[in-house]
Amino acid sequence: MSTAVKPRVKAPAKASKGEIFEVKTLVNHEMESGQRKDRQGAVIPRKIIKKFTARYNGRVVFSCDWYPSISSNPYLAFNIKADESGTIQYVWEDDDGTLYEAESKLAVN
Amino acid sequence: MKIKASALGALAMAAVVTAALPGAAQNDQGEKPSFLRNEYQAVKPEKANPLTELISGYFFRSRETQALQDDDFLNPGFLWVEQGQDLWSKPEGEAGKSCADCHQDAAATMKGVGASYPKVQPDGKLANLEGRINLCRTQYMKAPELKYDSDPLLALTAYVRHQSRGMPVKVAIDGTAAPYFEKGKEFYYTRRGQLDFSCASCHETNYGHYLRADFLSQGQSNGFPTYRLKWQKLGSLHRRLEGCVQDTRGETFKRGSEEFLALELYLAWRGQGLPVETPSVRQ
Repeated sequence: MSTAVKPRVKAPAKASKGEIFEVKTLVNHEMESGQRKDRQGAVIPRKIIKKFTARYNGRVVFSCDWYPSISSNPYLAFNIKADESGTIQYVWEDDDGTLYEAESKLAVN
Repeated sequence: MKIKASALGALAMAAVVTAALPGAAQNDQGEKPSFLRNEYQAVKPEKANPLTELISGYFFRSRETQALQDDDFLNPGFLWVEQGQDLWSKPEGEAGKSCADCHQDAAATMKGVGASYPKVQPDGKLANLEGRINLCRTQYMKAPELKYDSDPLLALTAYVRHQSRGMPVKVAIDGTAAPYFEKGKEFYYTRRGQLDFSCASCHETNYGHYLRADFLSQGQSNGFPTYRLKWQKLGSLHRRLEGCVQDTRGETFKRGSEEFLALELYLAWRGQGLPVETPSVRQ
């Protein structure tokens, strides 16, 4: 999509201690693989999100590297174990260095 | 000898049973579409409809594709719906107006509108939602037309049609719409392309069968604009129609052309009663 990249996150607002919960994320991004050519035959330069990181109160709890075969508008779901109240930050890192960020708050009881 | 004969009989029976099992073939995702699992909901069509039951394209797709549509968060089509929501209240053009200035809250004013398009406009011409949006832009907003299948037009179309999600498709085919309806019907049954296929060749007589690796649906339009995994983005019905005509190895028509508009009206009527699914997700 040609519009601004806007990541979306769906995570629970509260959880009990020790609970394993699921976080769902979706980001609109064209994920141009760098393998395609335009009508004139010129290679369309690669532009993908190459890294995703989730930090739970500053601690990395999930991260992954992405490669050109990831679909556009990538969806990612993963699990985190709740142990303390706080903030979870999500960062998508683009090829050009741009960071797309989102966060969610979690209350643990 | 006797034993041999009955063994042969059993073999023959087994062959018949295998042939009759439609589930023998699987799609490339390794999961049978729910149509083949006999897990689908059909809508009873009107008397004049040539189909005996109306089945949304949703039931011809794999469980994985259905799951993408079922969860609004997973469904990437909502990226466009959200963009459309932003555009709805954004003033554009010389008149300095936005859609919301005339139509206020889309959730109220646009409810059911998407289910009733394409519709004949006051100027006597048939327009689909895309056309109507562009009509509003040029006439009232004094803004340039949006390009067919451009992201902003897809976004607005999806946003407006999404307001009718779950409502049955119901289009007017009488009066001024009648000639368009007839034209659309003629298009549907006209064989074209090097392969000499009409729309009906696949979507009326052969839905529920495989055409090589492609599992044929009824070609219903209730989910458009649809997020097609092959496209990796949302796309209009006319983009799909263009693909269909190209698949027959025929010369295609322009998106937004009168031919495709008439066909869109006829298709909507063929699926009259099916719930709007916008934004749907397809293979």
